Amino acid sequence: MINRKLLIALLAIGLLAPLAVYPVFLAKLLCFALFAAAFNLLLGFVGILSFGHAAFLGTGGYVTGWLMLNSGLTPELAIIAGTLAGALLGAVYGKLAVKREGIYFAMVTLALAQLTFFIYLQAPFTGGEDGMQGIPRRALFGLIDLSNNTVMYYLVLAIFCFGFWLINRTIHSPFGQVLKAIRENEPRAISLGYDVEKYKWLAFVISAALAALAGGTKSLVFELASLTDVHWHMSGEVILMTLVGGVGTLFGPLAGAALVVTMQNYLSGGELGNYLHIIMGAVFVICVLSFRSGIVGQLQKFKRNNF
Amino acid sequence: MSGLLDINFFALSGQLLVGLINGSFYALLSLGLAIIFGLLRIINFAQGALYMVGAFAALLGLKYLSLSYWQALIFVPIMVGIFGMLIQVFLIRPIANQDHLYSLLLTFGLALMLQGIFTHLFGSSGLSYPTPEALKGGTRLPFMYLPNYRAWIIAVSVVVCGLTWWAIEKTKLGAYLRAGTENPQLLQAFGVNVPLIITLTFGFGVALAGLAGVLAAPVYSVSPDMGSNILIVVFAIVVIGGMGSIGGAIITGLAMGVIEGLTKYFYPQASSTVIFVVMVIVLMIKPSGLFGKEA
Repeated sequence: MINRKLLIALLAIGLLAPLAVYPVFLAKLLCFALFAAAFNLLLGFVGILSFGHAAFLGTGGYVTGWLMLNSGLTPELAIIAGTLAGALLGAVYGKLAVKREGIYFAMVTLALAQLTFFIYLQAPFTGGEDGMQGIPRRALFGLIDLSNNTVMYYLVLAIFCFGFWLINRTIHSPFGQVLKAIRENEPRAISLGYDVEKYKWLAFVISAALAALAGGTKSLVFELASLTDVHWHMSGEVILMTLVGGVGTLFGPLAGAALVVTMQNYLSGGELGNYLHIIMGAVFVICVLSFRSGIVGQLQKFKRNNF
Repeated sequence: MSGLLDINFFALSGQLLVGLINGSFYALLSLGLAIIFGLLRIINFAQGALYMVGAFAALLGLKYLSLSYWQALIFVPIMVGIFGMLIQVFLIRPIANQDHLYSLLLTFGLALMLQGIFTHLFGSSGLSYPTPEALKGGTRLPFMYLPNYRAWIIAVSVVVCGLTWWAIEKTKLGAYLRAGTENPQLLQAFGVNVPLIITLTFGFGVALAGLAGVLAAPVYSVSPDMGSNILIVVFAIVVIGGMGSIGGAIITGLAMGVIEGLTKYFYPQASSTVIFVVMVIVLMIKPSGLFGKEA
């Protein structure tokens, strides 16, 4: 069960944070936290490593951005459309990827994401290398103007809370229990009569939809959708966030995203910007070698041992 | 004949040649991956980065140590192989008991670091390596012009892949390797030093990437991201071929290069995606891959 006090404290921090920190930065952080939480639903609770989640983030961003640029839809409808597009792509890719297990699953998803990257690179509607620029935010429900960054941030916070709640519901539902059973012992889950491929596929679709939700929201925050979001580097980044924060923990992706996004912002401003990828690679290696349970995982261990 | 399908044979055979060259590199890289996977059950994500390191090592060796192409062809794979063995002993071995996904992530981190370091030192634009004197020029065949260096790449790749296949299937050392793939504990019980074999295997698989890098230096531009771009394609090829057989990895690599070349001629827009599309089709029809053994 989630600690209610912790949840209330976090929510209070989320509500008050724009008073102290630049809202666009906070919004970026929450978008990545949602993206990482979606990814963690697969790696942490089903035990499958997707190396292609950038495809869904990017799809959500492009579809939402295109609709905002080329149709009169209000932002919430554009984001929903982006999310559905991500879910659809996830349904197709998931169907293919769940046929293979373990390392093959990672390679298949990576290759499918690269396929998506090349398609978006060449497709006329994405703007190729330039990306989609100047995406308007317009007014939520046609009523609340989102051009103010603080207002935008609160929308992102609401979306993040919804995504987080959905993930929490999913992993605590009977469906989520089956997912965990698959993670722990797949042959046993099969022998108990569960259609493992179908469960994995459905988890994959949920995860892809939430990643696209994060991507669509992100394109509104930055008023931009670009190839960076579809690049394999992005698929690697989300793995790093989850790993640093704690794989298979509820709050791990949030902590990991906060750390990685802050680190990137800090580094890219200073003279260490050139070293960004070297540092990220080193963090990867260190985490895998000696910090596999991540920040939140370590905290939970500490709490179990001392309280 | 030309009335039926308007095919320009010069252009077609030119693209087929480019396809065979690409296929030679795919074959070398996927062979390295398959050998490592066979014994260690891990996918080396740094294979592409080490291919890039091989190309840079040849380039820097020429510039600072006046290392000739022929010397580079011998020394660079050895150097990359030793580097790989160090990685295996100090980084991969400690997590050998963990889920194999962790070693994938570890090698991914290494690949990011290597690519980052080379980008920092040499920038992201490509550098060029001169074609060795002895392999300059070309041969005029009735239907196409064949540059000598390109013929050399294909020849080296085919010979190296063939020798590797022979060494694994027909020699004593290869028998140990295959036994280790089947059952490492049993092999160790017979008094064979399995950890040493694992390290040597990793070194050899990685050395193949270094060799591919030296071969690639004169034909592709040498840049820090040359490795990651080709590696993802090689991953798709590994999924297509399955990693059950060494011969399968070689054949699939060459065949996918040719298919890519043909696509470049008939429908150039799809040339960067065709291998991924083939992967999708193979996954739908035969999920275990063309040469895959598992169900």
